[in-house]
Amino acid sequence: MSDQLYQERIVALAKAKTGAGKLENPTRTVRRDNPLCGDRVILDIRLDGQGRIAELGHQVRGCLLCQASASALSAVAVGRDAAGVAELRHDAERALGREPGDTHEPFDAFAPVASHKSRQECVLLPLEALKDALS
Amino acid sequence: MSFDVAAVRGQFPILSEIIDGLPVHYLDNGASAQTPLAVMDAVRHYETTSRANVLRGVHRLAERATEAYENARARVASFLGVPTMEVVFTGGCTAAINLVAFSYGSLLKPGDRILLSEIEHHSNIVPWQLLRSRSGIELEMLPVTTDGRIDLSALPRFLTPKTKLVSLAHVSNVTGALLDVRAVVEAAKSVGAKVMIDGAQRAPHGPLDLPSLGIDFYAFAGHKAYGPNGIGVLWGRPELMEAMPPFMGGGSMIGRVTLAETTWAPSPRRFEAGTPAIGPAIGLGAACAWMQALDWAGAHDHEMALVQRLMDGLQKIEGTRLFGPASLQNRYPVVSFMLDGVHPHDVAQTLDSFGVAVRAGHHCAQPLMDRFDLDGTTRVSMAPYNDNSDIDALLAGVAHAAKTLR
Repeated sequence: MSDQLYQERIVALAKAKTGAGKLENPTRTVRRDNPLCGDRVILDIRLDGQGRIAELGHQVRGCLLCQASASALSAVAVGRDAAGVAELRHDAERALGREPGDTHEPFDAFAPVASHKSRQECVLLPLEALKDALS
Repeated sequence: MSFDVAAVRGQFPILSEIIDGLPVHYLDNGASAQTPLAVMDAVRHYETTSRANVLRGVHRLAERATEAYENARARVASFLGVPTMEVVFTGGCTAAINLVAFSYGSLLKPGDRILLSEIEHHSNIVPWQLLRSRSGIELEMLPVTTDGRIDLSALPRFLTPKTKLVSLAHVSNVTGALLDVRAVVEAAKSVGAKVMIDGAQRAPHGPLDLPSLGIDFYAFAGHKAYGPNGIGVLWGRPELMEAMPPFMGGGSMIGRVTLAETTWAPSPRRFEAGTPAIGPAIGLGAACAWMQALDWAGAHDHEMALVQRLMDGLQKIEGTRLFGPASLQNRYPVVSFMLDGVHPHDVAQTLDSFGVAVRAGHHCAQPLMDRFDLDGTTRVSMAPYNDNSDIDALLAGVAHAAKTLR
């Protein structure tokens, strides 16, 4: 038995459920589905006057990796605009070994997913949803 | 004599592999079964001694290839209990259903109805939705009972003289429930409707006697029935097949081609345009022969004992719920379950770390998941070569997921 994927930090992120839930008055709501596995993310965001995220709420119907990613994203997205969120995406891509370079907290927690290609979309789904919400 | 599972396992080399230090506990047979040496040997024999195109050449390799290809058709026909020339080779089960949706579907008129069910695989839903958008036919769905069976008590409500076809899964790829085909046929015939059966999950569990079922079309996939990928089968009632236009045009399917018009070859050639998947067809023929040689009474008892062991073991793990028939009657060895608080993909990923292969998710049956408001299920699908060690490894993995992931 080997538990390479579900390391403590990933499980802790998922259990933290940071940002889980709906927002009362979202500026935008987006839904993103992964047609291959059926994972679904609904994201509410509230923007400030400068196009930056003031508040974020997520509802994840998906696996632990998707929940952990949404939780990680919620922890660092507030105050970022589209360019700032794109940088988070690059950080996640680096953690997954899809781009070269160093990765940072919290997405560095997803480094164990680098060797599980079929699960990488689970990590990226919340980031995709947030990109949609800001576009 | 009891079923000799060790002897069966010995015919499947992959089952004795050690991968990353883990044994192979293969319980994803509903997605793709493993293939025995007899199938690999048949394909290798063709590729090394007979490789050529079929039905055209006069040289000896072409003669050998054609003979092997047509022998494969005869083996599949014997497995299904039908005449050889009623078997059409297709690219798979999906391709076979699409063939019927296109060719039989082209004979239907706007307002004609096709009856499916909520339990169907997307392969038995989407081709009919495409037909609906082309031709204006209407689709209706039989409901599913809470124990994961198609609710046949609803048949009289849905069948009308406008119903031209009923197309249902023989065995559910999610719940393992076996369809009472004769009841469907009896009801369908009372309004003049034809019956198509998607046999993808039934064919891997032993020979069939299609004439006794009274159906009109039957489809199954090679790779789920211990054969190669890229090959499937459609059987159709001859008078229907002869009335149907081709699905694809090309070589082999013609009677006579002029620049002005073309006439069609009779079935099965009419529906096998172009060079067929010769090696895979030969492999599927070998798989059917392999299945026909197996003791299926013993194999079925063995498979049901595994199902019982699995269900008993799951029920001892807190928070597991079975989705599907609770009994061993009228079912095949496909078992779906949920583990409260743990997503099915995380269950499956944990099982992989125990060397256990299962499928998790919606199983290409999203309408069924929606109907029961499920994120998905973890599905254990068995074959005669599975044994108690496979089930016990799975149960250990589920217990581990329950302990660590919630």
